[in-house]
Amino acid sequence: MQLTQKHQEYWSRNLKITALLLFIWFFVTFVVGWFSRELAGVTVLGFPLPFYMAAQGSLIVYVAIIWYYARYMNSLDIEYGVHEGEE
Amino acid sequence: MATAQKTFKQQLTKYYGFYTGGFVAFVIVLGILEAMGVTPKVLGYCFLVATIGLYAGIGVMSRTADVSEYYVAGRKVPAFFNGMATGADWMSAASFIGMAGTLYATGYSGLAFVLGWTGGYCLVALFLAPYLRKFGQFTIPDFLGARYGGNIPRTIGVVAAIICSFTYVIAQIYGVGIITARFTGLDFGIGVYVGLAGILVCSFLGGMRAVTWTQVAQYIILIVAYMIPPVWLAVKQTGTPIPQLVYGYQLQKITDREKVLNDAASPAGAKEAEVRKLLKDKAAAAEAALKDPAKAFADGKAAAEKRVADAKASNASPDDIKKAEAALAKFPKDADAAKAQWTKEKGLAARAGPVKAHAEAFAGADDAARDKSRRNFLALILCLMVGTAALPHILMRYYTTPSVKEARQSVFWSLFFIFLLYFTAPALAVLVKYEVYHNVVGGSFAALPGWVANWAKVDPTLMNISDWNGDGIIQLAEIVIGGDLIVLATPEIAGLPYVISGLVAAGGLAAALSTADGLLLTIANALSHDVYYKMIDPHAPTTRRLAIAKTLLLIVAVIAAYVTSLKPGNILFLVGAAFSLAASGFFPALVCGVFWRRANKLGAILGMSLGLGVCIYYMVKTYAFFGGVAANEWFGISAISAGIFGIPAGFLGVIIGTLISPAPSKDVQELVDHVRYPNLEGDINTQGT
Repeated sequence: MQLTQKHQEYWSRNLKITALLLFIWFFVTFVVGWFSRELAGVTVLGFPLPFYMAAQGSLIVYVAIIWYYARYMNSLDIEYGVHEGEE
Repeated sequence: MATAQKTFKQQLTKYYGFYTGGFVAFVIVLGILEAMGVTPKVLGYCFLVATIGLYAGIGVMSRTADVSEYYVAGRKVPAFFNGMATGADWMSAASFIGMAGTLYATGYSGLAFVLGWTGGYCLVALFLAPYLRKFGQFTIPDFLGARYGGNIPRTIGVVAAIICSFTYVIAQIYGVGIITARFTGLDFGIGVYVGLAGILVCSFLGGMRAVTWTQVAQYIILIVAYMIPPVWLAVKQTGTPIPQLVYGYQLQKITDREKVLNDAASPAGAKEAEVRKLLKDKAAAAEAALKDPAKAFADGKAAAEKRVADAKASNASPDDIKKAEAALAKFPKDADAAKAQWTKEKGLAARAGPVKAHAEAFAGADDAARDKSRRNFLALILCLMVGTAALPHILMRYYTTPSVKEARQSVFWSLFFIFLLYFTAPALAVLVKYEVYHNVVGGSFAALPGWVANWAKVDPTLMNISDWNGDGIIQLAEIVIGGDLIVLATPEIAGLPYVISGLVAAGGLAAALSTADGLLLTIANALSHDVYYKMIDPHAPTTRRLAIAKTLLLIVAVIAAYVTSLKPGNILFLVGAAFSLAASGFFPALVCGVFWRRANKLGAILGMSLGLGVCIYYMVKTYAFFGGVAANEWFGISAISAGIFGIPAGFLGVIIGTLISPAPSKDVQELVDHVRYPNLEGDINTQGT
């Protein structure tokens, strides 16, 4: 089993999207969380922004991250010919 | 195969569609029976018998003698249904009943659990699920064993899996016992064994296959049960049936109300301050008495006796004499009883503080306290998230999908279904708080709202209310609410019939049973598959493997129920600890196994033991239960977040161990390539059969 140039490229694209999505995950959780007191004046739907993010906003972002990753990778599989056959 | 899978999925959709309809009809019938005068206790039994019978039925129908069916449900669970099963597997009694209560009591800081227990799925999706599915064996120690070679990584994996899962399963069986006892009047100990029977019938006959299909059924019950009361309450309070959308405005009103209640210049605030002062004085008096309990007891008793004698001697009114006699009768019988009472009264000091702001982040007296609170909040989130991505009973679920593609989609469905409950819990907490702050506080003791009077009578640990300052008006400081009350009492607060309360109990039971199912299976499989089959007798025939697996399941279940019936304390801490332990022990070795080709056996051994070691060391040194003291804390991080030190230690161990020993063999490197690509030409096959 020898990996081709194409295979290497597939893996590096996977690493890139993983890193990007991980950064978004980190940002909404820890960066927004860190500045909670500073952001308390901003109001969304009646909530102070930090409360909204921790109770709802970040959760929606998490669901979106996973949805996007599954979609992106499943089409990347096909693009690089490493998708699973219909068995 | 593709068409067979498609037909299978259509059939499943049809079955579960019928099932949901049938369940709704069942609840409606019970509702009609209630209107006709059937008692709540009978309704409680109906729910208990019907749901456990249903799970048992699914278990019997899914019985199997096939190894792959028993361990991984034949790897044909569609993404959508695997998501539901994972949701039920994940959401325990603590999520269903305890979470809203925690949020009610702690406000913003409780949201660490909401974030931690959902965000962890991002890590599952990005780092583990698709790769584990491609690897396609049966257990998580399997992966460690194959990737790092030899029995040592596998053994550490088995030990870690058992420690995490066992502490967790005890909390579940405890929840089952509590719910069964509450809604049927059975004794707690009997409730534990009734619940256990429900768990066993299912997993014993059909292993993962039965557990999966039962969990889907349990998810449907628990989500319906969780959603109805807050929707109703939201309609009652705001006229809009989407609690998640409107509770921000209720939160604003709560914040305004908190300010009034904390402001001693306002009439309501002055009354609150009066009650808080009474509480504080009582606590201070108890603390003083506890300095020399024997003397305080003798003095107190003498004083009470003297008052009676004085009253009689001075020809006081009969009323005053009666009062003095009652006070003497209420005085503790002996010094020990007095000590116990004072110790309890000392605790009143906790209620004497001002009302905590629900929406405020990192509340604290000064900047140092606020910074400490912020560090602990974020550390706890990280530990819960990484722990989520390392708990074997969850990761195992991604072995059961038909393909890598579906494993990825399945993580999405899992989080989606979990999200539905977790973004409702904070709404529920706020709506109930609004009710208490606006409709209970300020009311009169003569006309308590029905649900308050009812719960205060049924269970004083959940609802305790007494008129401290004797003004006949309810102050917030006069109410004590137990966390579990929030979910259990919401149907009544919303004015729903008792049948919905029964439904909520059935939902809580489903949540506890489904998690216990998954955990017990994980423990038994680690023993039967990893220890017996892989290490002791690799040539064992299928029938013997399954017989051993089922026997071990039974033994583990009985041990777990026995430990639970002893009612060990600190269950919540142990559950939290399981996350830190899993995060420190598993996560570094699992992730490096996929993303770092060079990672090798010594690295895994060192990483796992160092991670677990640091984590356990920190807990023992800082947590009172193990004889530690908080003064030993590093950066003021509490023991539950020990993983914040264990995780980096684990990664460091993997890196150091790997770099000081040779690169892994070519076979292992091929295995890494194998798991990274869903499909490779000339690929090796690692799928377990």
